[in-house]
Amino acid sequence: MRKILIANRGEIAGRIIRTCNEMGIESIAVYSDADSELPYVKQATKAFRIGEPPVMKSYLNVNKLLEIALKEKVDGIHPGYGFLSENSTFAKKVEESGIRFIGPSWQVIDAMGDKIQARKTMKNAGVPIVPGTVEPISDLEEACRVANEIGYPIMLKASSGGGGIGMVRCDDEPSLKKAFVSTQQRAKAYFGSDLMFIEKYIAGARHIEMQIFGDGQGNIVHLFERDCSIQRRNQKVIEESPSPFLNETIRNEMSEAAIKAARAVSYSNAGTVEFIVAEDGQFYFLEMNTRLQVEHPVTEMVTGLDLVRWQIEVASGKPLTLLQNEIAQKGHSMEFRLYAEDPATFLPSPGKLVTLHFPEMVGVRVDGGYEAGNQVSPFYDPMIAKIIVSDSNRKGCLLKAKAFFNDFQLTGIKCNSPLFEQILNDDDFQKGNYTTAFLTEKQLMKKS
Amino acid sequence: MKEINANMAGTVLNVLVNKGEGVSPGQLVVVLESMKMEIPIESTVEGTVTDIKVGIGDFVNEGDTLVILT
Repeated sequence: MRKILIANRGEIAGRIIRTCNEMGIESIAVYSDADSELPYVKQATKAFRIGEPPVMKSYLNVNKLLEIALKEKVDGIHPGYGFLSENSTFAKKVEESGIRFIGPSWQVIDAMGDKIQARKTMKNAGVPIVPGTVEPISDLEEACRVANEIGYPIMLKASSGGGGIGMVRCDDEPSLKKAFVSTQQRAKAYFGSDLMFIEKYIAGARHIEMQIFGDGQGNIVHLFERDCSIQRRNQKVIEESPSPFLNETIRNEMSEAAIKAARAVSYSNAGTVEFIVAEDGQFYFLEMNTRLQVEHPVTEMVTGLDLVRWQIEVASGKPLTLLQNEIAQKGHSMEFRLYAEDPATFLPSPGKLVTLHFPEMVGVRVDGGYEAGNQVSPFYDPMIAKIIVSDSNRKGCLLKAKAFFNDFQLTGIKCNSPLFEQILNDDDFQKGNYTTAFLTEKQLMKKS
Repeated sequence: MKEINANMAGTVLNVLVNKGEGVSPGQLVVVLESMKMEIPIESTVEGTVTDIKVGIGDFVNEGDTLVILT
């Protein structure tokens, strides 16, 4: 590939441009009116305006993106994460335009995007799934019957949901009755489908995912796990690898299950198999993300690999260059998602970044999307930057992260760095003793 | 005259009251979307809606008037 269009914005656009530069590939960026001043627009070889700020008029405008891609004669389109990255119609149109979609095939995106179908596929492949329904539920009466069979608490989820949207925990029948219609309506509005399913809610669980990679030529490897249990509103805040919870036995079992899941759909390119891991170490397939994850740098730091480079190479038709036994998990890495939000209420805080200073430290990588003077607009997600801290061990990571946030400066809007300082000082977090309920239970910022 | 204002910049996702309608404190009047999150805007006072300043899809800045009550 000699030229790639990046159908995304902010930090991930910048991240992809970096690898393009290292590979001698020209990068074509696109930007909405809200993003014209952002660093990635200047970093790209060329950049094109695609429209007004709302996503429907810019980053989701398939025709406009394809028009630029064809005019610029690009060889590939990298979708990043979010936006069109898991849109099988887009992936199909890209391929039909004679351009390589840098990701899995549109058929796999389609199959895994339907969460009910994904559950069925994995169950048939022998991958353990969360106990629950295998058929879609469309009305409340059926939902109540199924929930009674499974036993409360349950998770009500939209079959086409994602990104923490379209899912709600219900502790009893009244709460299910209250949540069903509104969750279904939201799913319809956001994802265009109102099919729901129900899973047993697993208490005291962790969210641990396995990075996998396939080349479409029969080679599939895993790149170990990421523990993503520190979440707010079902969205990740901190991720780390290795997981402080997993022992070698469970890690090996999960790796095998992830490979089995990838083989079941003949997976190619970068993908992630998400698992929920119960207190007793039992793990269950949650869903498969058919794209590069936000938290991929954690894996890059412990394996020493460049996942974007791998994506581009595989999309160019090259086989994987490493065998499973040549890939090792070395040291420890932790990613902090710096969000423009109130650290206690998690409410958005759009506005102008007056000052923004990232301390420079050995072993700290900052994948940022903004610089001082930029506006963080309300049109897109609140992520300002990802701070990836690495060391030979977890304790070293924690100390380094503390030193980083101590010197970190941001003014103009609110951000969640005070929360990171609280988390880093928390005894349970330091011991690696946490579940997906950590932030809800601890109420760290409200105590202080 | 009382005003209900936007507490942050965002896009109007839904307007849940009509002109002439009575509202009470705590009642949901507008839903904004900011940074991919739904922000419910509730009335803090009791009153009758005399004017609605925004429509679905409009962009509002922090402090902009959404609904006017008497």
